Amino acid sequence: MATVRIPSPLRRYTNNQSKVEGDGANITELIENLDNQYPGVKSRLCDETGQIKRYVNIFVNGEEIRTLQGSDTTVTESDEVSIIPAMAGGQ
Amino acid sequence: MSYLTSDQLLAQLRRQIKEINVYELADQLEKGEVSLIDIRGLDEWDQGHIKGSAHIPRGFLELQIETHVPDRNQPVAVTCAGGVRSLLGARDLETMGYTNVVSVAGGFTGWKNAGHPFVVPRTLSNEQRQRYSRHTVMPEVGEEGQLKLLDARVLLIGAGGLGSPTAIYLAAAGVGHIGIVDFDVVDTSNLQRQIIHTLADVHKPKVESAARAIAQLNPDVEVIGHRTQLTSQNALDIISQYDLVINGSDNFPTRYLVNDACVLLGKTLVDASIFRFEGQVTVFDTVNDGPCYRCLYPDPPPPGEVPSCAEGGVLGVLPGIVGSLEAVEAIKLILGQGEPLIGRLLQYDALDAEFREMKISKNPECPACGTQPTITELIDYHEFCGVPHLEAAVSANGAGERVAA
Repeated sequence: MATVRIPSPLRRYTNNQSKVEGDGANITELIENLDNQYPGVKSRLCDETGQIKRYVNIFVNGEEIRTLQGSDTTVTESDEVSIIPAMAGGQ
Repeated sequence: MSYLTSDQLLAQLRRQIKEINVYELADQLEKGEVSLIDIRGLDEWDQGHIKGSAHIPRGFLELQIETHVPDRNQPVAVTCAGGVRSLLGARDLETMGYTNVVSVAGGFTGWKNAGHPFVVPRTLSNEQRQRYSRHTVMPEVGEEGQLKLLDARVLLIGAGGLGSPTAIYLAAAGVGHIGIVDFDVVDTSNLQRQIIHTLADVHKPKVESAARAIAQLNPDVEVIGHRTQLTSQNALDIISQYDLVINGSDNFPTRYLVNDACVLLGKTLVDASIFRFEGQVTVFDTVNDGPCYRCLYPDPPPPGEVPSCAEGGVLGVLPGIVGSLEAVEAIKLILGQGEPLIGRLLQYDALDAEFREMKISKNPECPACGTQPTITELIDYHEFCGVPHLEAAVSANGAGERVAA
């Protein structure tokens, strides 16, 4: 079970939890697992074809997955996965 | 007990310390053979000194010489106004084990009278020395760094949640020229977080309210108000007037616009955004091979998918933290000190009280800053983000004017 950091805009899916546990050998499996636990999460992270949306960044231990193996990036139990979506707020 | 008069002491030192004249000094300086230490007082130094000399007032000579001249065998010339105090200084350096010390006979007066060139440094006024003393005492800033801050031209996009603390701290720090782009007026609901504005400013333009607050805090600062919506038509003109841009905008079209304009103009952009209890901050510096906003977020979310602060709320103090982080990054960049957040995204979660750092990379295929950019001019950012144009409340005052406070 990797630790997944949930950003504020997605916390309504996770009962307001900022940190959840997720299962899966890679990012694709992890997102499926999260969506099983917290229905709706996947639709916020991936488009209809299953690709991770271009305004959402996923980091494994602080490294962006596009610089690793994308959704195939492996995830182990000790990993921390952070989801960082674009936010526009400043005012 | 035997004693020496000052005349006797000096006569003794003249036998003991080697002296060189100003012509010999000029020759040695030109050859780069000698480290020249000027031990006069600050006021004397400010009125003019020999180029290439280091200033250590005599009272600090023994304490600071090792930082300037670590090698005891390095030739050192000590100078003062007329060549008397420098004898005493040279003696002290010999006592400390410096083996190759001379005193400059005639000192700075002799140097000047011989027609040698000298520099008169730009300095802080006495008032400024007092105001910025906690800055200038730090070696990372010093008087030189404070002058850099006073010369700097920084543009704030928005005088709202992020812009308020950023503007106040930059003004307090003595950043000399602060531009503010904002077309909005102060609303009562702003006062929960936009600390540069007060109840008396409600319904007044934010640029005016901010300018007044800054003028009350620090008269050294010039505020340039741009009471306009930043658009593809005026962005290049406005941003080109500044050295550095700090983003505090509240919508995606402006974020992509500011990013592209900064990439096109080669300006560094300190960027941050906030939502509820969360903030993120980074520095986009494509001139130094850093990523840009489009490397991080190639596409904007569809309208309505990501709630704004007006819809989702924001903790009032959150922009205080994140806007202050932006101010810190800006000051570091102006001073050329430390490690800026280039290629790093700092995320702050107030509820968990945690800061986390993510690595962000330049996308070689980025349409703005990649190897073959396709964005070579500003585009229609509302269309790009799929949101309607904000036509209302746009004034023609895009070129900027000094705001009377």
